[in-house]
Amino acid sequence: MAQTETMTINMGPQHPSTHGVLQLILELDGETVVKATPHIGFLHRGVEKLSEHRTYHQTIPLTDRLDYLAPMSNNLGYVLAVEKLLGITDEIPERAKVIRVMLTELTRIKSHLVWLATHALDIGAMTVFIYCFREREAIIDIYEKISGARMTSNYFRVGGLSEDLPAGVVDDIRAFAEKMDEYVDLYEGLLTGNKIWQKRTLEVGYISGEDAIDIGLTGPALRASGVDWDLRRDNPYSGYEDYDFEVPVYEEGDTFARYKARLIEMRESAKIMLQALDKLQDGPILADCPKVCLPPKQDVVNTIEGLIHQFKIITEGFEAPEGEVYVGIEAPKGELGYYLVSDGSANPYRMKIRPPSFVNLQALPQMVEGALLADVIATIGTLDIVLGEIDR
Amino acid sequence: MSEHAAVGKLKQKFADAVLDVVEFRGETTITVKKEQIVEISRFLKDELGYNFLCDLCGVDYLGKSPRFMVVYNLYNISLKDRLRIKVPVEENDATVDTVCNVWSTANWHERECWDLMGISFNNHPDLRRILMAADWEGHPLRKDYPLQGPDREPYQGRLQ
Repeated sequence: MAQTETMTINMGPQHPSTHGVLQLILELDGETVVKATPHIGFLHRGVEKLSEHRTYHQTIPLTDRLDYLAPMSNNLGYVLAVEKLLGITDEIPERAKVIRVMLTELTRIKSHLVWLATHALDIGAMTVFIYCFREREAIIDIYEKISGARMTSNYFRVGGLSEDLPAGVVDDIRAFAEKMDEYVDLYEGLLTGNKIWQKRTLEVGYISGEDAIDIGLTGPALRASGVDWDLRRDNPYSGYEDYDFEVPVYEEGDTFARYKARLIEMRESAKIMLQALDKLQDGPILADCPKVCLPPKQDVVNTIEGLIHQFKIITEGFEAPEGEVYVGIEAPKGELGYYLVSDGSANPYRMKIRPPSFVNLQALPQMVEGALLADVIATIGTLDIVLGEIDR
Repeated sequence: MSEHAAVGKLKQKFADAVLDVVEFRGETTITVKKEQIVEISRFLKDELGYNFLCDLCGVDYLGKSPRFMVVYNLYNISLKDRLRIKVPVEENDATVDTVCNVWSTANWHERECWDLMGISFNNHPDLRRILMAADWEGHPLRKDYPLQGPDREPYQGRLQ
């Protein structure tokens, strides 16, 4: 009598298509996946523990290093949570809010570009990778002009922004946003009608809307399963209610639907950026809260009061009232949540980050079990995970 | 601000279990007894529509009694509404019943809570460490766990 045995193989943590240090233990029956077990934690740096020993401002650079493909989204979620804790949400100046929205949408495009580039490369479409990274380079250049860093921007502050936009960068952003539609057309020309792309993505990695909610999927992955939920529209923050944008929703729940949803999001992000550019008015970029916000650099170098003010905030930080808040924002990969507990001191008593990738990865086993081994690669790509934020 | 709609319904259904209700910055936090967390979760999900568990984590209030809180951040996708449930957990009995059967997403969150905070979950299908190595000793997010890690002198600054 013929007997079959399943075979257990290891994939990762050093594997180009796992997008970082993700390890999967796969049990295979021939080419079919019987069981998939993700192992994570190889990049754990203890961000939550570290934050308990730092002031609120000193924690901002840690958030850059969570989802390192979308640092400004992480910054935004964190500063919104601290502002809510302090009760100064309404005091953020208009200019800071508009710049935050504009740059977070730029960040969304940046994150989606890396997703598309690597996802397509994993499946075998190499050209897209080159084009996407060309556009990403333009975004990184804008990042560098604004914050001085190409990836870890550390640009937002509790109360506003670290400094105003440098001269000329607004024109760069506008030029980029205006061309984004054209770029997306180019990617679509390479992929959407491509027979190989369709064969590798249509009906691959299916998950129903109900299962997706149950397992906690968020972001474009949830919207591609027919659940119409976008925090920017449904629980607006930082002035998103003033922008006009579409939220793409697809019913199919497969890799192709998630691909289409993210491409439309890129177009919509460019639309929001252009609206933000039109709204942009001169004005202050930091809230008028001297106990929380650093003084302008000019005061620090010219006046003793400014110097003392800066010194106090840098060395002691500011005390937040006792309490707890949870703020969720629509990061490129899904709901990024910060749960902050304060005991009235100058450090967060407890900071819990709800990283979208961590929860989205949890859906992987049920999406690949019963599928072919090659589809595992496509499914990891479509979930758009970043291990920096999974492992924290 | 008026009371959150879920508070009255919870108090009506689980009169003995609701320990405390706090409003802060427009967010409602309901503290309930840990023995009834599974029934309360199921009620919140099935009757009140909190179908999405955003986040689950533990908080260590070292020096207080009870020492731990397990925090459930819930979301209602149709009403776009948030609600937070907390359960107190004693140090000498650091266990809570799992809510994996209510929201599957709790699986990894509870594993993380066990791994980093040392709160175990009864009837959890797969309670293993998730972020730390499998043979790690201790639970790093506890307040009495040193920042520098075990068996190391605290960092004194580089001039000393």
